[in-house]
Amino acid sequence: MNPYNFAFLDEQTKRMIRRAILKAVAIPGYQVPFGSREMPLSYGWGTGGVQVTASVIGPDDVLKVIDQGADDTTNAVSIRRFFERTTGVRTTTRTESATLIQTRHRIPETPLTEGQIVVFQVPIPEPLRWLEPRETETRKMHALEEYGVMHVRLYEDITRHGHVETAYDYPVLVNGRYIMRPSPIPKFDNPKLDESPALLLFGAGREKRIYAVPPFTTVRSLDFEDHPFTIERWDQTCALCGAADVFMDEIVVDDKGGRMFVCSDTDFCERRRGR
Amino acid sequence: MSDGRAVLVVEGLHKTFTLHTQGGIQLPVLRGVDLTVYPGECVALTDPSGSGKSTLLRSVYANYRPQRGRILVAHDGARIDMVDAGPRELLAVRQRTIGYVSQFLRVIPRVPTLDVVVEPLRAFGVARDAALGRGRALLARLRIPERLWSLSPVTFSGGEQQRVNLARGFVADFPILLLDEPTASLDVASRAIVIELIRDALARRTAIVGAFHDAEVREAVATRTVSLHGAGVAA
Amino acid sequence: MLRARGVTRYYGSRVGCRDIGLDLWPGEVLGVVGESGSGKTTLLGCLSGRLEPSAGTVEFTQRDGTIVDVLRMPEPALRKLARTDWGIVHQNPRDGLRLGVSAGANVGERLMALGARHYGQIRDAAFDWLGRVEIDRERIDDWPETFSSGMQQRLQIARTLVTEPRLVFMDEPTGGLDVSVQARLLDLLRRLVTDLGLSAVIVTHDLAVTRLLAHRLLVMRGGEVVESGLTDQVLDDPQHPYTQLLVSSVLQP
Repeated sequence: MNPYNFAFLDEQTKRMIRRAILKAVAIPGYQVPFGSREMPLSYGWGTGGVQVTASVIGPDDVLKVIDQGADDTTNAVSIRRFFERTTGVRTTTRTESATLIQTRHRIPETPLTEGQIVVFQVPIPEPLRWLEPRETETRKMHALEEYGVMHVRLYEDITRHGHVETAYDYPVLVNGRYIMRPSPIPKFDNPKLDESPALLLFGAGREKRIYAVPPFTTVRSLDFEDHPFTIERWDQTCALCGAADVFMDEIVVDDKGGRMFVCSDTDFCERRRGR
Repeated sequence: MSDGRAVLVVEGLHKTFTLHTQGGIQLPVLRGVDLTVYPGECVALTDPSGSGKSTLLRSVYANYRPQRGRILVAHDGARIDMVDAGPRELLAVRQRTIGYVSQFLRVIPRVPTLDVVVEPLRAFGVARDAALGRGRALLARLRIPERLWSLSPVTFSGGEQQRVNLARGFVADFPILLLDEPTASLDVASRAIVIELIRDALARRTAIVGAFHDAEVREAVATRTVSLHGAGVAA
Repeated sequence: MLRARGVTRYYGSRVGCRDIGLDLWPGEVLGVVGESGSGKTTLLGCLSGRLEPSAGTVEFTQRDGTIVDVLRMPEPALRKLARTDWGIVHQNPRDGLRLGVSAGANVGERLMALGARHYGQIRDAAFDWLGRVEIDRERIDDWPETFSSGMQQRLQIARTLVTEPRLVFMDEPTGGLDVSVQARLLDLLRRLVTDLGLSAVIVTHDLAVTRLLAHRLLVMRGGEVVESGLTDQVLDDPQHPYTQLLVSSVLQP
């Protein structure tokens, strides 16, 4: 007999988190504080994402968990097993079969559909933290839309490197109002956030913040008129499935420096190979 | 004004200096001065040094604050009392109605001589090119070598500085000019030029009040002499 | 442009400033002089909305002619005002700069905050302003930490003036600078004030600064204004005993 409540958290906690989620959905991109609980994994390993998932998961859900695009890395496996044990829900590696996807560092290549929920693990939710260490001040800046400094950051990048160096966790403007960090997904995935049919939820456990992007919301990556936002491109195609225009991992294959590029999204790659 | 044509009327002006830092001793300098000046006049103050000539001129310019009396100035078609006017009005009067040539040039480092000279024309809305032209002409007339025009007067001799000061004083057409020892530290040739400048100004119906230590200059330009000594005299 | 009436601020039972009134018109520079503890910095804080006075009103006329009550404005509006129509030059330039970003970014920030989104144009504006404050254009990508204090102060001025504010508050703008550096900075301020038609309130203990920059002067002592008038009149013919003391104490080299 499972000694834990369904999905580990007690019902009051789930309600508290759901209220935070509702508020976050009502104000796209706005960071809602919540009472982050102690979870059976350390800070920095996805406690926020796990709490969000635990609050929204129901017995009929089908859960997929990925880490860096792969279903079979240690963290993805641990978290998936955690939910199997505490909820008994069906799990899957197939993106299109999942109703609930918890992810760290990637959005699946397979297009999302209406009715799906993606939960992102967020280390630092505050996009202005690099510049302003005071929480009191950053809250004011968000409230007053004082976002000039975000473009200062981009300006500095272009000055120093000729282009914006930020390759992941690239700041975005949500619904034309709040600037948000989309979690450490590569900027390659940013366009997937814009007008997505899925509900996107973001949980930061250590920082105790939840934010959300409701379906079909505009999400624009910050840029300059004369330095528009661009995504990564590879010359190679996937060594396993031949896909182009996907985000790829570079894998070292031998001691002589041999390397190959493969899809980071393992499910996507397998599907293409007919498995 | 009792007489519609006068541009400057001083009535019952009293000025006493109270030196608080030296036990509060009082130095009365002007005791009830009256003076009326008309356009085209050059009134020369004839008192000896220390008798209040500078004090009167500075009071008219609102650089000193009198204790009692009125200083009425025709400005923009109205009558302003320099004794109790507000700072904005005083600044406006100084910009467009009263010009003041003191005994020395207060130098701001790094500002070229030509810019120093033409600065008063700004208030009259004179275009930059025209202003520079007038400045150059005046500097040439006062025999300041052209190579000095782009330098700050900081390193000039006393005489050169005074001539720059004069250029600045005469570059604009003020209806009233106050001249405080304009030819001190100038040589004979320069004095002659100053006399010409004053005469040109008088021909333009400028009203001038001045302290002229040099008898030759005074006799050349004054249309009237006045002494402030005692109770003050209005001629 | 700025009207203050009865501005009073107490620190507990201690008087910061008491019952100060002033009017400032466009294009005018007002000097506020006094020694430490005279209340001049308190007054500046109250005028700029950064300190809350115990009593009094401060009104500002905006570009479109509407008059706003500075002390009762909602904070967002006041912060916006401080970024656009107003400028503040702090005594210590480090208080008015972002030290962790380049000089160019410092100058461009206000523009970006107002919605400028063209990198090239922002950079051009930064070049232009660095030139105006006589900072070598080559330094545009350097961090302010590498600048001398005089340069930092000039950078602060560029950063503040880039949005062409109509009113600038300055707190001891030349404080702590070498004499030659001061002279250069004063000259710059003088030219900018004239060229841009700025209004300014300058708080300082240095009478030479006021002689050069201010049209009018307020002399403060013990939280009150003891004398006011045109700058040259207050300095050449001081009436109040304290003003006479101040003026006579200035060393003439």
